[in-house]
Amino acid sequence: MSDLFDLTGTVVLVTGASRGIGRDIAETLAKQGAVVVGTATSASGAESITDYLSAHGGRGAVLDVSNADSVDQLMAELKGSVGLPTVLVNNAGITNDKLLMRMNLDDWQQVINTNLSSIYLMSKACIRGMMKAKTGRIINIGSVIGDMGNPGQCNYAAAKAGLIGFSKSLAREVGSRGITVNVVAPGYIQTDMTDELDAAQRDSLLQQVPLQRLGTTQDIAQAVLFLASGAGAYITGETIHVNGGMYMS
Amino acid sequence: MSDVENKVKEIVVEQLDLDVEVSELSNSSSFVDDLGADSLDTVELVMALEEEFECEIPEEDAEKITTVQQAIDYVTENA
Ligand SMILES: NC(=O)c1ccc[n+]([C@@H]2O[C@H](COP(=O)([O-])OP(=O)(O)OC[C@H]3O[C@@H](n4cnc5c(N)ncnc54)[C@H](OP(=O)(O)O)[C@@H]3O)[C@@H](O)[C@H]2O)c1
Repeated sequence: MSDLFDLTGTVVLVTGASRGIGRDIAETLAKQGAVVVGTATSASGAESITDYLSAHGGRGAVLDVSNADSVDQLMAELKGSVGLPTVLVNNAGITNDKLLMRMNLDDWQQVINTNLSSIYLMSKACIRGMMKAKTGRIINIGSVIGDMGNPGQCNYAAAKAGLIGFSKSLAREVGSRGITVNVVAPGYIQTDMTDELDAAQRDSLLQQVPLQRLGTTQDIAQAVLFLASGAGAYITGETIHVNGGMYMS
Repeated sequence: MSDVENKVKEIVVEQLDLDVEVSELSNSSSFVDDLGADSLDTVELVMALEEEFECEIPEEDAEKITTVQQAIDYVTENA
């Protein structure tokens, strides 16, 4: 059974691994033996990733997922070092919440570029290596908001819903090459973001969650591990909701 | 057979997983109609040619490479 989750020697790329969910995904996959490269937007962030991954043979790297040149640069660097990844976890994401009436075009585009166009850029950059390897896993981190919607998050919800359609289409394109493309959609997860809620906000939030707790970054990392490993081999084009039951698709 | 022709045919046989010898592959063969390639195979084939001959084949040109001979001609002229 434990073998099923073994990732020894697999090269994994996790975007946005400096903190929060991405960091836990990177650590969890590294503990299963994967050679993990985790990215941050700054050199200091990349160094801190190297600090926690180097014990497992991985390291940090600088990447702006919204910038095509930055993506190319990272891929060239990987090709010349650890090799091209056969597991890609598109985790980097931002929010910029505003009611639509107050949302200007920049607010919209910034979130679409970072959360959705990034998935196009990163998947395209990695797919060639996966086709050659005749195996690959692309795991996109969505959000329950992509299915439910949320006032103040038109931009974010559009991006998170968009990546579901993207994943289903790509899953159909590359299935014949042994490559799977899936989405893990977290609900409310305990991170810096949710730490800012006051007790009343927290209580009202938890009323919507049958399991009556916030999710942990581990809850998400385990679902990603499942899809990245042999255990999830026959799942593609799917969205796994990890939200304590607050939304059931 | 020229070096280019031989190399192109090797790539075609390998990429399309064909059960024929390189020497038996006809120049007029169409990847899709004769050799059973799907659209993804043809994209991969072009990628393999790009890598082997260290060139970049723009999308407009790639679409026009549909037979073994066309691939040989393209590489001979452009790589
Ligand atoms: N937290 C939740 O409750 C929750 C719920 C549903 C979905 N999600 C999704 O889960 C993912 C991770 O969320 P999180 O809460 O862990 O986020 P977080 O703690 O805010 O971390 C975001 C990560 O993304 C990176 N990043 C931001 N912009 C980037 C860019 N342009 N290029 C490359 N990397 C960039 C950050 O790097 P730097 O450190 O360098 O800035 C950081 O590593 C996101 O896709 C988010 O939408 C989270």
